[in-house]
Amino acid sequence: MKYDRILIRYGEMTTKGKNRNIFVRRLKNNIARKLQAFERIQIEYMRDRMYILLNGEPHEPIIEKLKTVFGIHSFSLAMKCENDLDAIKETALAAVRQLPYKGKTFKVSARRVDKQFPHRSDELNYEVGAHILRQTDGLTVNVREPDIDVRIEVRQDGTYVTCRDIFGAGGLPVGTSGKAMLMLSGGIDSPVAGYLSMKRGLEIEAVHFFSPPFTSERAKQKVIDLVRKLTTYGGRIKLHIVPFTEVQQVIYQRIPNEYSLISTRRAMLKITDALRRRQRALAIVTGESLGQVASQTLESMYVINEVTNTPILRPLVSMDKLEIIELAKQIGTHDISILPYEDCCTIFTPRAPKTKPKKEKVLHYESQLDLAPLLEKAVNDTETLVIDEETGQGDEFAELF
Amino acid sequence: MIYLDNSATTKPFPEVVDSFVAVATNYFANPSSLHGLGMKSERLLAQAREQIAAMLRVKPNEIVFTSGGTEANNFAIKGVAWEYKQRGRHIITTKIEHPSVVEPCRQLEELGFEVTYLPVDHEGRVSVEQVERALRDDTILVSVMHVNNEVGTVQPIEEIGALLARYPKTLFHVDRVQGISKVPLDLKQAGVDLCTISAHKFHGLRGAGVLYVREGVRLAPLIAGGGQERQLRSGTENVAAIVAMAKALRLAMERYDRDIDRLQALKDEWLEALAAIPDIEINTPRDGAAPHIINFSLKRGVKPEVFVHELEKSGIYVSTTSACSSKKKAPSKTLLAMGLGEDRAERGIRISLSFDNSREEIAPAVAAIKQAIKTLSEVTE
Repeated sequence: MKYDRILIRYGEMTTKGKNRNIFVRRLKNNIARKLQAFERIQIEYMRDRMYILLNGEPHEPIIEKLKTVFGIHSFSLAMKCENDLDAIKETALAAVRQLPYKGKTFKVSARRVDKQFPHRSDELNYEVGAHILRQTDGLTVNVREPDIDVRIEVRQDGTYVTCRDIFGAGGLPVGTSGKAMLMLSGGIDSPVAGYLSMKRGLEIEAVHFFSPPFTSERAKQKVIDLVRKLTTYGGRIKLHIVPFTEVQQVIYQRIPNEYSLISTRRAMLKITDALRRRQRALAIVTGESLGQVASQTLESMYVINEVTNTPILRPLVSMDKLEIIELAKQIGTHDISILPYEDCCTIFTPRAPKTKPKKEKVLHYESQLDLAPLLEKAVNDTETLVIDEETGQGDEFAELF
Repeated sequence: MIYLDNSATTKPFPEVVDSFVAVATNYFANPSSLHGLGMKSERLLAQAREQIAAMLRVKPNEIVFTSGGTEANNFAIKGVAWEYKQRGRHIITTKIEHPSVVEPCRQLEELGFEVTYLPVDHEGRVSVEQVERALRDDTILVSVMHVNNEVGTVQPIEEIGALLARYPKTLFHVDRVQGISKVPLDLKQAGVDLCTISAHKFHGLRGAGVLYVREGVRLAPLIAGGGQERQLRSGTENVAAIVAMAKALRLAMERYDRDIDRLQALKDEWLEALAAIPDIEINTPRDGAAPHIINFSLKRGVKPEVFVHELEKSGIYVSTTSACSSKKKAPSKTLLAMGLGEDRAERGIRISLSFDNSREEIAPAVAAIKQAIKTLSEVTE
């Protein structure tokens, strides 16, 4: 007897009242897309839980994939059997035997949802516990802090046995909160900001500023790799690559050195906002963290943000650098981010950027040159890649592998 | 030709050779070069790393490419010894390891390290209790092979890993050269810190191997230089062989999914046919052995080396014990350690299968084996 299904418990979605079905359906679709390689599985969903029927597909790789789906609070491998005491005993025993149980402790926690079932919970605990104890070696009972908690749930449609809870990614299903543009530089922070915004149910499209030959193909590839990492959590993500060389050069030549950084940021935000309108998104996500660098002081943010009233979401605003690095490592973007290629934020950096820029001065300097046509051109020449978790990129090499 | 020496080396898959040629021809640039062609080589390397990591269910940054199994084993053992010598100077391994594990241990002994070589039982298996008894405060490394290369015995890696989980200062290295794509092992679940695999044992090409180095484990590099492989293993990467290795591993794992039951059945059939020959004794244990290795001893009077050449005349290729030590005329250390006696240990023959072997080969091969024994017995008697 093998685990035949995975039981999925919802997280925060359960507080959504009448809208819950929208969330559940989206979660189901996200899971189905994530598991499309496993052709035989079936997904059954109801208001309070979901089951993935394995139909012979291996559970280990499915579990690994489920860990990256937002909206899942926890999940467990489960077996289903008839509401019959002997069947329950055998099923529970089989569930334990599939775990590394030697030298461990266990207990049985039964719940009788179906009150028609003739055996009471404590009776079930005793009967099933005794059966497992008799049929195994090296397993002992501990009702306070067991290593293995054998849970038995007798419901109308059958009895479910689960042994091990695995924590899910939490959050809300991607796509239930609308769409936002993520400004993605290639550094450590912005991918983490993308991850956190997806965790809140946002669908994201990434925007990257590319300045050849000052920034190299490797830098662009790095961003593609970062987006591909993020697709682990968000399925398919669009990446907009904005040709930014000209804008950067003009600003560098025409704006006083200490204000060039601020102006560059304003130009980036204007372009991103134009792309946002085109893509019908409602917000912009950045990896800014208050006080981290010159452009992220409150004064700078104020002057940069002045170009738009689109909501700018800054998921990292309250985090320490070390916390951000830790999270980047967890989600697998850190090692890509630290690759040492020049990016749009490292070229043309002024020696001493203003940390307390004045809005009037920026406006004054910018009024001396007409950036608008250049910005418009950058938006129009933007190249868009669709990066998919399954197909990924690298078709050029596909047959070599 | 009936090729029964797959534990020595496997025949490369044709698709793998194609990949090698394509990469070596079209993407020959140095992956460290700044230009676009260098970037393509770098991409290939990164993709190979990701693919191999995914198949081993580890992270890409835990994969270090080496020149093969011998280098990976040396690196694991000496790398730990140098890096952690302040922590302790005691290493535990077994009496039946491959020379690429034993010899570095011997070198370390000359430098003041202490090595415990654990015995094995009559089936060639080390016991967890013995590992536990050998553990000391200053034990920095336990190195145990996954599948024995001579007789095919599978070692209790998961159990040893579970034991070592209680000894965080002791690292666990597994030489998985014979086990990969034949016997499943989940490195993370088994608590393995370092693991060796080699491309030419799963239909890849010689010159490429992998040392899995768990995140958090530090190793002193054996090969210092340009700082490739995160400073751990310098030297311009062998991109073509590495890409070919990634492909070989994918194909070999697919063959495992499709053919493992057939391979196991094939081995059983082989064992049955061999057991029916009165002049040989089977050394491979019945249970807990890999699906591709069969070891037996010839009767007295038949010299293994001569036997190998006699079979070769009929186009059948087998080994005396392990290929790496077969040129030395010494009894098999594994068979000796199993307590089979010097005489039997001197007459070991190994048949090693791959997914490409078939049932049809058994009858003619067994007939040739019988004939060879007969011919050679007559000569020596």
